[in-house]
Amino acid sequence: MYVAVKGGEAAIANAHRLLASRRRGDASVPALTLEQIAGQLALGVDRVMGEGSLYDPELAALAIKQSRGDLIEAVFLLRAYRTTLPRFGYSEPVDTGAMVIERRVSAVFKDLPGGQLLGPTFDYTHRLLDPELAGDHPVAEPVRGEAPSEKALRVSDILAGDGLIEENLPSEEDSDVADITRTALEFPLGRDARLQALARGDEGFLLALGYSTQRGYARSHPFAGEIRIGEVAVEMVLPELGFAVCIGRVRLTECQMVNQFKGSAKVPPQFTTGYGLVFGQAERKAMAMALCDRALRAAELGEDITAPAQDEEFVISHSDNVQATGFVEHLKLPHYVDFQAELDLVRRMRAEHAAAQATGRQDIATDASREAAE
Amino acid sequence: MSAQIATDAAPAIASYNFAYLDEQTKRMIRRAILKAIAIPGYQVPFASREMPMPYGWGTGGVQVTAAIIGPEDVLKVIDQGADDTTNAVSIRAFFAKVANVATTTRTMEATIIQTRHRIPETKLSAGQVLVYQVPIPEPLRFLEPRETETRKMHALEEYGLMHVKLYEDIARHGEISTTYAYPVMVEGRYVMDPSPTPKFDNPKMHRSEALQLFGAGREKRIYAVPPFTEVVSLDFEDHPFEIQTFDRPCALCAAENVYLDEVVLDDSGGRMFVCSDTDHCEDRRAQGHRGEMAGHPLETAK
Amino acid sequence: MVHAAYEGGFANSVLGSQGLFRTLMDAMARPGTVHPVTTLASPPAGLNSTAGAILLSLCDADTSVWLTPDLARNSEVREWLGFHAGAPVTGDKAAADFAVIADPCRLLDLGAFALGTQEYPDRSTTLIIAVEALTGGDLMELEGPGIDGRIGIAPKPLPPGFTAQWAANRARFPRGIDLIFAAPDAIACMPRSSRIINQPGV
Repeated sequence: MYVAVKGGEAAIANAHRLLASRRRGDASVPALTLEQIAGQLALGVDRVMGEGSLYDPELAALAIKQSRGDLIEAVFLLRAYRTTLPRFGYSEPVDTGAMVIERRVSAVFKDLPGGQLLGPTFDYTHRLLDPELAGDHPVAEPVRGEAPSEKALRVSDILAGDGLIEENLPSEEDSDVADITRTALEFPLGRDARLQALARGDEGFLLALGYSTQRGYARSHPFAGEIRIGEVAVEMVLPELGFAVCIGRVRLTECQMVNQFKGSAKVPPQFTTGYGLVFGQAERKAMAMALCDRALRAAELGEDITAPAQDEEFVISHSDNVQATGFVEHLKLPHYVDFQAELDLVRRMRAEHAAAQATGRQDIATDASREAAE
Repeated sequence: MSAQIATDAAPAIASYNFAYLDEQTKRMIRRAILKAIAIPGYQVPFASREMPMPYGWGTGGVQVTAAIIGPEDVLKVIDQGADDTTNAVSIRAFFAKVANVATTTRTMEATIIQTRHRIPETKLSAGQVLVYQVPIPEPLRFLEPRETETRKMHALEEYGLMHVKLYEDIARHGEISTTYAYPVMVEGRYVMDPSPTPKFDNPKMHRSEALQLFGAGREKRIYAVPPFTEVVSLDFEDHPFEIQTFDRPCALCAAENVYLDEVVLDDSGGRMFVCSDTDHCEDRRAQGHRGEMAGHPLETAK
Repeated sequence: MVHAAYEGGFANSVLGSQGLFRTLMDAMARPGTVHPVTTLASPPAGLNSTAGAILLSLCDADTSVWLTPDLARNSEVREWLGFHAGAPVTGDKAAADFAVIADPCRLLDLGAFALGTQEYPDRSTTLIIAVEALTGGDLMELEGPGIDGRIGIAPKPLPPGFTAQWAANRARFPRGIDLIFAAPDAIACMPRSSRIINQPGV
């Protein structure tokens, strides 16, 4: 066996060596541990798990370290690893109603069963840089309350009792839930496939689109019905047992937007919902996702499609930051063969243009001399 | 999973399957390839996987190659016609590592040639498979961005929009101003994107003896042109399709009727034109052909 | 006879599948050409070894397989397919990704299988017809993509009225089924793009 070797290989090897050195930084400073990243940059880890579609804080921390803190690169690393993992099956739907709640806020009721719970939020922090954090000051123990005695009903369940909000009916028993990691997307998508795509979609892209709906590009009168963050059990039916067993717990952020709906000939006026569900603590993403989900339901609800956020092909085809990064950055690969073809064409067209101009000037000159002669 | 990183050991390459992809993924891609061959020029959707290189960098071609390659194969990878461009080097190294296959730069010796942007100058033969890396597989995409619409157009053989676009070119520029990714009609049925090869290469696709496979990873499509298949570049009777011509031979090997790269030599307009297909050029020089700048430092740099 | 289901798979499934697929790809790309194959799989009696190996190399839990009634009733074959490929057997021709015809002497309605749609012509059944040999039958002359001029092939036996059935299949292009002839020692293919240009047996 022989292997073709050319100069490019040495260049690539050297580049990777330099990258490794830059990643490590000043060798006299201790290296970051995965525990530090997972523990102290937890929201970055959560974002990488969400958009990387793999719930594993330790691997996400490794990806962040390997990518030098470039979160989209970290998402890519996690996705490329995920795709090689064997697939054992699908979990049962998680029950967010039974979530062990760490944070729960509703903007539509002053109080509600289970109460409002601020939890670990940046909300109401004054955004003043804190010099104490430059060091390692001791931190006060968090205050712990009693576990709530009443179940924290989801706001949608409260409203559903009065028929004020659309029912979220589960899809038919037999129908398989879409899996966008196993089949090519086929537009128009079902809401299941769409929500999956949004859940792994780029936070910045969805944020901008969600924001655009608030500014009038497909306004949907949103209210933050409820945002809840906490752990849920993941259950799976094992064929050998024939019933569901808990295989672990994951932290999720769920957002239910409550939106106006005027009703139609068949349906009386009621509220509709947009839904967001993301791994980890990712409130901004979950809210943006819910706004986009609602906007993308335009066709289903008989609304006019007038704005970018309502355009399913546009939104979903461009929401994946691993795809977008790859294609934007591929422009740095050599394109000189095609550029040569364009160069040749532009040169030829310029020559023809100049020739035409020259002929034109000649005609004008001839006309002028003729005029002068007359 | 945690144990793997707790021991500080990155997963060894040996823990990946032969040719990287798992067997279920390979079967899925192989089924798509068979359908693609049966319907020449039709884009078969496939569940493209995330690969360990970025989308847009050849993930479609890499998945096709990974699904077909075996231990007996000899692989050549080119980008811009050259074996030593960095992405070609990187993809070749990937397969040498994960499939342990022999690699070559020689077109004649290869059983699989993965390419980006060029078709080799040497005529391909029956035992060879040419795998194209495709960024945007849909030839109608720049006329109609919606997949739902372009799919209908293909279904109904409704290609009027493409002819209108080409004719508008003629009206504006006096000629069709598409110089690469020039659309072709396959076997009189499907309009197909030949990938961003210069239109110079289009005639090589027509009735080629080699099987041609096209992989678009990000766009999740595979398509094919079987051997001896009609591949006709779209044109008009009064404006027939023409390929690029160069008014000089390769400066290194004196080859004519090949595609040339323009190399900038200095900042005062100095240029040289050399073969884009590096193997073809080396081969000719080995046979004693010498261009007007043979012996130029660029020759050893290549 | 449970053990029969666990035996007779590929000795090396990764390279066995790859090798057989390359033969199939080449055969599909060059319709009518005959490609020798070595025995890779030993399915239970009723399914020939080549057809069995093709199923193992292309089918899994994501593909449904339709079997001719005799085969479908053969529990050993079903269990073998289930164990080695994990492929579900379907009774609905129009829903089958693959179909195995083990008794090609019978009438066959190609139009009853999945033919794909104009938008998605790839969503069609691939038929595997188990034949005794790829020579010795009525000579069919083929034209189409993958063929330099024309090529002759004479699989034996063929379903009665096959030429007319194929003409109808060809007329549906780009919809239609694709066909793999599986003899014990060789493979040949006829994708939907191939045309039969003579009247075999006439």
